[in-house]
Order: sequence, then structure tokens, then C-alpha cells
Amino acid sequence: MDDKSPYLHPEFETLSREELNKLQLERLQATVKHCMNSPFYKQRFESIGLKPEDIKSLEDLRRIPFTTKQDLRDTYPFGIASVPLRKCVRLHSSSGTTGNPTVILHTQKDLDEWANAVARCLWMVGLRPDDVFQNSSGYGMFTGGLGFQYGAERLGMLTVPAAAGNSLRQIKFMKDFGTTAVHAVPSYVTRLYEVMQEQGVDPRRDTKLRVLAIGAEPHSEEQRKRIEQMLGVKAYNSFGMSEMCGPGVAFECPEQNGLHFWEDYYIVEIVDPETLEPVPDGEIGELVLTTLNREAMPLLRYRTRDLTRVLGRTCPCGRNHVRLDRMRGRSDDMIVLRGVNIFPIQIEKILMQFPELASNYLITLTTDDDNDNMTVEVELEELFTDDFQRLLQLEKEIKRRLKDEILLTPHVKLVPKGTLPVSEGKAVRVVDKRKVYQ
Amino acid sequence: MTIKQLSIFIENKSGTLIRVLNMLSKAGIQIIASTLADTKDYGIYRVLCDKPAQAYMLLKESGINVQLSDVLALSIDDTPGRAAEAISKISDADVNILYLYSFLWKGKGVLVFRTDNNDRANEAIMLGKMTFLTEMDFR
Repeated sequence: MDDKSPYLHPEFETLSREELNKLQLERLQATVKHCMNSPFYKQRFESIGLKPEDIKSLEDLRRIPFTTKQDLRDTYPFGIASVPLRKCVRLHSSSGTTGNPTVILHTQKDLDEWANAVARCLWMVGLRPDDVFQNSSGYGMFTGGLGFQYGAERLGMLTVPAAAGNSLRQIKFMKDFGTTAVHAVPSYVTRLYEVMQEQGVDPRRDTKLRVLAIGAEPHSEEQRKRIEQMLGVKAYNSFGMSEMCGPGVAFECPEQNGLHFWEDYYIVEIVDPETLEPVPDGEIGELVLTTLNREAMPLLRYRTRDLTRVLGRTCPCGRNHVRLDRMRGRSDDMIVLRGVNIFPIQIEKILMQFPELASNYLITLTTDDDNDNMTVEVELEELFTDDFQRLLQLEKEIKRRLKDEILLTPHVKLVPKGTLPVSEGKAVRVVDKRKVYQ
Repeated sequence: MTIKQLSIFIENKSGTLIRVLNMLSKAGIQIIASTLADTKDYGIYRVLCDKPAQAYMLLKESGINVQLSDVLALSIDDTPGRAAEAISKISDADVNILYLYSFLWKGKGVLVFRTDNNDRANEAIMLGKMTFLTEMDFR
């Protein structure tokens, strides 16, 4: 591809709405047919008397039942796969702390397509083979690591799998390797900047940074602007989820006005989370995605639980792939904090292990100096001591066990019995005061 | 010999202390001495009163986090140096004091404290011929 082209895949990126829809229908019909190799989908279609050949238009998509995270758990580990395991070469999985983990399988073709999608995103924001890409996100099961690794390599960049953490080394790499682009969660970017300041490193003077890919945790437009100012870069929003491979599902273009969801890869629906009926463009609803070119594990009408809205279906950048707003929250009670997915039930489970604690607790999320934090307040069942040291020890032990469970350390605050709000019999568990949701 | 002290867990927030005081007041409980210690988030309000068992039941039934703690109360002369004298005997017995407060009671000084080893503290007080106060003294 010519470096001057704004598009890595012009044959897909610049399709008109009509052409996109035509391609989507072809791919949907092929996907549905292929899904009949999946024991789960075969049974589901048969149970409602739906046949693949009944899908004659894109509107017919709505005849297909939704797929949920629970379906993935119920069929754990391989029950949804549409190919035999011997054709699969990769497995990613969620942590599964709230039940069975969700497993996503990939064939070699899936991995190739995934890399292509991520490469397209990175090319779109001006990265070229001359760039040096430092991937400062977790590897392993977290799809942000390998997803960006393969995508950046596919584009042809020198790619540094720096992974998350060890800020001093990250900064040294940036300086020594001439890193021009970084992928990280926004809170880690802020952390890196703090360390740069402590070390007397001026990112504008001492590094060649110019592009940042940020995602995996909610952040506001103000946070993005602050990151851009701090580092002297352009920061682009990335959206992905492990059920849809990982990163590469959607990305901002240079207009920075919503994320383009790649409609040659996915059919995007926004539905009312209660009625499950489609909502008009501009209204917030739950994002539902159907994969169009996945081999190992196609998913039909997958309910992501992420809330967003359609901003537009055209764009000055020349791409007609639908533009969605950054995620506006969740339609379930999952908390996304610093890139980690947490369900309140995980916290409850730990708190209930302490006989000293009562059953009422409150999780508060706040943004302090650009860092998102969690405070867990929990009522004391019995005052078992009047020694502050032992109360502090208890707090410390609660913190430690929570960290083992949710992978980050919340503030823990003991409160007297009867002081936390209880409303309508059902306790309020989560209060989100983070800037992004204000 | 130890006496019973109320230890009440309260939030650092206006209105929490008065709630407890009102309950004690309505039940006709006389506070002899009290002290409020706090951390950033919460406090422990420690109270010596004339009817600790009754006050404990009352607060507990009202859903307050309360404990009856065993503390030592020493009577000392109200002259300079007496507290240092008394505490040095405790300290010499290798006993740690977790907290301490003092007040005047009928012309005498009173030192109230909790230790990490009440048995050893008791022994040191006996050997040092110091005077304990008992719950009877506060009725």
C-alpha cells in the first residue's frame, strides 16, 4: 500500500452504504449457514423453526435470537464453535470470576482477519511502516496485547511488546527506540506522564511520540484532550472486546468524532436494553454485534451490554462505516475500571467472607487527579475491638483479598452499621461519580 | 481489676455523636468521662458511665456498633509527677498501653487505660501498691 493513501483497505473502507449493505447481506447469509455447524446455533435455530435460507434481507437479521454472555458461559468451553477444535489455533478467555469464563476460539484465518482489522485502524490514524509502535498493554489473555501486536506488525511497524507496567523502562524504550506510537489504557498514560515529570523527561523534547491509541476503559473527552496536551500527541479511541476478537472492532478516524465500526466485519445494531427493539440514530441503547467473517466462532446478535449511540453514517474522512459515540456505560452492573472488568458480586463474595462485616456495602467510583479509583465502604457487623490498629489491620486484609479477586486495590472504609443507604429494600451497590459519566 | 468501658464506633460525620449522646441521655445514663479518637474515616467514642451494662444493651439494640471493653482505672493524687510514677510501673512490667485518658474525680486524678496484657498490668499495680477504681466507685 502506498504510504500516501489514507486507506489501508480502500476496497472496503470507502464502500457506499448500498455496497456495504450488499456485502453485509452476503456475509450474513454465509455466516448463518456456517453457524449450522455449531451445536448451539443449530439447536437454537431448530427450536424456533428458523432456517438459514429464511435470511433473505438484512431486516431478517431481527428474526435471529440474541446471543448473550450467559450463552457463552452455558456452552463453556467449546459449545458455540462452528469448526472442529483441530482447526483452531488460538484461545482467548475472560477471567471468569463471576462464573464460567467465556472462551473465544480463533482459526488462523480469524487471526489474519483480526490483524488486518487492527492494521486498518492504525493506518487510518496515520501510522505507517516507518513508525515505531510500543504496545504498553497487558498481554496474555487480555486481547489488547496480542491484538495490537499482530495488527501493528501487519501494518509493517517495528513493534515493541513492552506490556504494562515498569514505567521507567517504558520511558527508556520510548526514548531509545524512537517510539512514535503507543497503545495503553488512558489511566496508564497519565501514570507514565507523572513518571516522566519525576524523571525530568519532556515528552515533546525527548521523545518522538505522535500517536496514542487509548481504550479499554471509560474516559471523557476532557481526559483525552489532557492526554494530548501532556504528551503533545493525537490520542485516538479504540474499541474492542474479547468476544469480538479484541481491539480492531472500531476506531476513531482523524476527525475524532466517533468510532468507525467496521461494517464489513460486523453488523451493528443499537437496541433498547429493556424492549430489545432498535432505537433511532442518536438515541442511546445497547450495542449488539453480529460477526460477518469469523470462522471458528461466529456470534449472531451478541449483546455487548455496552451503551452507546449512532453519531452518523457518513464522515468527511470518506468512510461510511457507522460512527458510534464512545461507550456511555453498561446495561448490566459490570464496572470497567482502569481496563479491568469487575462485577459487584465479586466484591460482595469477598466481603461476605469476613464475619466482622455486615452485609451492606457501597462501591463508589471517582476520578481523582485523572485517576479512576474505587472506594468500598462496608458496614461493621460487631465492634470486635476498640483498638484502631486491629481495625486498620482488618481494612488491610479486606484490601488484600479484594485485590486478589478484582486485580486492583480499592480504598476500603469501614462504616458503622446502618449508615449506608438502603433504598426500596434493594441496596444501592454502585455509585459512579467518574468524570466520564458526568 | 478492670472496669467496663463503652467503645462506640462512629462515622466522622455531623450528627453521629449526638445520636449516641441523646440515647444515653434519654435512658438516664450518667457519663463520668469520655474521649473521642478518630482516624480519617471513623472514630471510636470511649465512655465511662454509671451503668455500662445497661448502656451497652441499649445501644446494641438500637443497632449501634458498640463493645464493652475492659480498661484499668487508677486513682492518683492530684499533684505533679503522679501520672509519670504510675505509668512507669506499668511500663517497667513490659506492658503496652493502647490508649489512655485522664480526668478529675472527687478531688483525685483518674488514669483510664487499656493495655495489651491486663493480667501483667494488674500485677504491676498490686505490687506498686496503687489504687484501682472499681465500677462501684462510679455508681
